[in-house]
Order: sequence, then structure tokens, then C-alpha cells
Amino acid sequence: MEEVLAHRTPLPEKLRRVLSPTGNVGDGVFRLLMFAVALLMLLIVVAMILALASHSMLSLRGFGFQFLVGREWDPVKEKFGALAFVFGTIVSSLIALIISVPLSLGIAIFLVEQAPRFLSRPIGFLVELLAAIPSVVYGLWGIFVLAPFLREHVDPFLERWFGWLPLFRGPITGIGLLTGGVILAIMVTPIISAVVRDVLEAVPDTQREAALALGATKWETTLVVLANGAPGIAGAIILGLGRAIGETMAVTMVIGNRAEISLSVFHPSYTLASVIANEFTEATGDLYLSALIELGLILFLVTFVVNAIARLLVWRVTRQTVGAGMAA
Amino acid sequence: MTSLTALCTLVAVGTLAIILSYIAMRGISSLTFRFLVDTPKPVGEGGGIGNAIVGSAVLLLLSCIVGIPVGIATGVYLAEIGRDWFGNIVRFLIDTLTGVPSIVTGVFIYALIVLKMRHFSALAGGIALALIMIPIVARTTEEMIKLVPHSLREGAFALGAPQWRVTLGVVLPAAGSGIATGAMLAIARVSGETAPLLFTAFGSRFFPNGVTEPIASLTVQIYNYAISPYDEWHAQAWAATLVLMSLILSINLAVRFLTRKRF
Repeated sequence: MEEVLAHRTPLPEKLRRVLSPTGNVGDGVFRLLMFAVALLMLLIVVAMILALASHSMLSLRGFGFQFLVGREWDPVKEKFGALAFVFGTIVSSLIALIISVPLSLGIAIFLVEQAPRFLSRPIGFLVELLAAIPSVVYGLWGIFVLAPFLREHVDPFLERWFGWLPLFRGPITGIGLLTGGVILAIMVTPIISAVVRDVLEAVPDTQREAALALGATKWETTLVVLANGAPGIAGAIILGLGRAIGETMAVTMVIGNRAEISLSVFHPSYTLASVIANEFTEATGDLYLSALIELGLILFLVTFVVNAIARLLVWRVTRQTVGAGMAA
Repeated sequence: MTSLTALCTLVAVGTLAIILSYIAMRGISSLTFRFLVDTPKPVGEGGGIGNAIVGSAVLLLLSCIVGIPVGIATGVYLAEIGRDWFGNIVRFLIDTLTGVPSIVTGVFIYALIVLKMRHFSALAGGIALALIMIPIVARTTEEMIKLVPHSLREGAFALGAPQWRVTLGVVLPAAGSGIATGAMLAIARVSGETAPLLFTAFGSRFFPNGVTEPIASLTVQIYNYAISPYDEWHAQAWAATLVLMSLILSINLAVRFLTRKRF
């Protein structure tokens, strides 16, 4: 069949060689089809940027750079400034990282360097299962379990002992930056720890053997391994940051959704993603919708760059030794 | 120091146990047969999530129809053909696409489809979910194809088969079970998505009526009930969560069971 097709469709010699180096028309069609699908991926990314940019043109033109530094978000007066959302996004993500980075490093070290194999596999699976819980479920649990718990037990404790810091002052409602940060921490921990595990596993055993041979203790050996995987670990943390920045439902449900900037972590706040989730379907007027889509554009660009940096860092460590890429 | 790292692990596993037990405890009390088949009713009259279950199934089906073939084709391209600079760019873009917040995907589909159709639709929701699915399926397909031994390919080539027949007839079936588990994980992942559905599929109080109409989904229903001020709806949100989590956990456990030998 292929031979018959080859005779019926005489292609210029050069084009044929590009399409199918093997000289088979079926191969040419197959390669072309697969290439078209791969090209589609590229087009999707380009289309995302173009669609978000073109639909936020009104707001981009109207506010320019003021959009990022303006503090006022008033749909009635049609004044849109996103500073409070940028603040809420950054602070809640930072709280998440402060909690989850040590936790994730501990988990990864335990699973790769210390736990016996029969333990590390099932426990690793359980930790990864945290990532399988949907955002909205974290939100539900956050509203009815975590927020009351923080309000009754953790927040009063923090205020009592650290209340001299402006960070831990103010009315305690259980709904606010801290609760959002804690929920985010739980959500990014499985992601960071999974990537750190991959990175630690990619560090060659010769490094461990060399350290042990020089008389290092087990803990000192672990430090050597950590130093070896440092760029990958940095990548893992940045990957977690990207995830925290873009997380929507769980944060929306516990952060309070108020566009205010306050030093206190007990205070309600608002993130870029939450504003979009809450106000998108209610947006009346072209400028309002355009401003919300611009928030989406900012979110897209920030997470894209953050993820790109993270992937490059992780690849640097894992590619050298195992060749294959890391699991997403 | 071992006890410290073990403590970290315990915190994570303990949190998982706490979350899952809350879902089981609070969910089971409102879970009845009527709840699974009824449509939502005003507060005080009961009502259920039948339409949301059907809606979620329709959305998942739509996203699979679009997402799985495209994802597999992209994975095949990356593993078998695109070992040049263009393949690397595509691989990189796919990896970064997995990190794009799902709410941004929702905004994108809103601009691309909902604005053109002038109303919310199941179709738009399904495509938004497919966009989230594609990178996951593509990357697992690539990894699984790479695991297929080279001798298998060489054998087929030696018999005179052209590349497309080697890939479709020999390599893909050999990687089939791995690709299937990847697809299952992708389904588990998107079945929990809420943000991209808020302004694409939107939601509905009735059983689905065609793919060009707005459609209900379990996740959006859970969200709407969770942020409502009524205790009865809160209880229903927990029960709906139990249904959703049963689906997601069973997929994850099944995948774990199926891939036990390979990993």
C-alpha cells in the first residue's frame, strides 16, 4: 500500500527528504501530523499571551504602570489598582514557603537518605497523595476546620508571645493572611518535597561514599548531598512558589477577600487569583472586565517566568545524571 | 537529626489523615441515595447533587476526547521525532504550561470561546479542562515511550516496517499501560478543578441539556455550598466532597496498584 501511494504522489525530491528521511510517504504524513500537534502546543502558549493581552488592552492603555502600584480598586468609580492584590499574593506565598520549605526538606531527606526502602515508598506515596486533594476541598476544610483551629489555639498563642511585633497584632478572626498561608503551605509541601526527592536521588552515590570515607558522620554526609543538589533544591522551592502564587480556590475561601494592605498576618487580604475568581462573573462594564483579564495576564507572565527558572534549575541537576526529565 | 526529619514526614502524613478523616466523618452523615440523584433545592428542602455528578462526567468526557489524543500525540512527537531544538522548546513549554494557574486557563478559554459564543457552555469547560490535561498526558507518554526497549524498535525496523508502523504498531502498544495510567492520573487531577470552570461551564441547577448550555459540576457545587451561610448546604458540601474524593482516591490507588512493579 505504501509503495502504491509513493508512486501516485510524486513529491519534489527535496521536500520528500525533509518530510521523511526514510523515503516512505506514510512516514512523511505521520511525522507531519505529529509535528502539527507539537506546533499546536507552541500556538496555545502564543494564543494565551495574545488573547489575554488583547482583552486587557482597555485597562493596559488606561492605567499603564499605575495599575501595578495603584492602591484603589473601585469598580463603581472605575479606578483599578492592583497593589493590594499583589501584596496579598506575595505575603501569603511567602508564609507558605516559610512553613513548607523546612518541612519539605525534612521529608525529602528522611525518605531518600534515612528511611529504609520498604518504608520510604508507601510514605512517599502518602505525601504525594496530599497533592491529589483538590483545591476546593482544601478550601472547605480550611473554612470549617483549620480557620477555627487557628482562631482558638494558634493565633492567640502567637499574639501573646510575639504580639510585640506588628505582624501578630490585630483582631483575630481565623480568616486572613496566616490561614491562607498555612493552607498554601500544606498544598505546596508535596510538590516541593517530590522535586527535592528527585534531586537528592540524582546526586551520585560516589558523593556519599566519598564523604563517608573521609570520616563524615551520616548528618555531615547529608549536608554534602544537599550542597550537591543545591540548584535543584532552589528550583524545587521556586516551583512551589509558582504554585502558591497561582493557587485560587483554597486561598479565596480562607483569606477574607478584602483589598487592604496591613502588616498583621491576622488581617484579611486578597490575592490576584482570588479577585479573578470572585469578581469575574459579576464584572459589569468593559473596563472592569479588562482590568480583571489584566490580572490574569500578570498572573500568567509571573508564573510562566517563575516556572521557567525553576525548571532550568531542576534540569541542571537531574539531567546530568539520570538523563530523563523530572515528573511534573 | 533523624527524629527531626521523621517528625516532618509525620506532620505531612498526619495532615493527610486528619483531612481525609474529616471528609469521611462529616460527609457520611448527609450521604443518602436521594442526595446522589436529586437536583439542588432551596434551603430546607433537601436536594442533591445528581445533576452535578452527571455534569462532572460530561465535562470529564469532553476533556478526555480533546485532551488525551492531543496529549498522546504530543508525547509521541517528543519521544520519537522531536529530539532537536524544536522538540526541546515544546518540552520546555509543556513543562511550564503545567505550572500556569488553572484560573488563567479559565480566563483564556473565556476570552477565546465564551465571548465568541456569548454564553457559558459545557464545551468551554471541557476544553479548559483539556488544556490542563494535555501537558500531563504528553509528559507521561514521553517518559513511558522512552522506557520501551530499543531492541523492540530495531526488531520491527529489521522486518522492514516504516517508522509510523513501528511507532503506532509496536512502541505505543508496548507503552500502552503506562500511558493509560498517566491518562488516569490526568483525569483525577482535572476532576478536582474548580477555578477554570467558574466562568466557562459556570454551573446549573438542572440536569445537563446539551454541551452548548452551562453545566453543573461537583467542584463548583462544593464551592458554592461551602461559602453559603447555611448549615444544611455546608453539610451537603461535605457529602459532595466525600463523593469527589472517593473518585480521586480510587483512581490514585488504582494507578499505584497497577504501576507497583514498574516503580
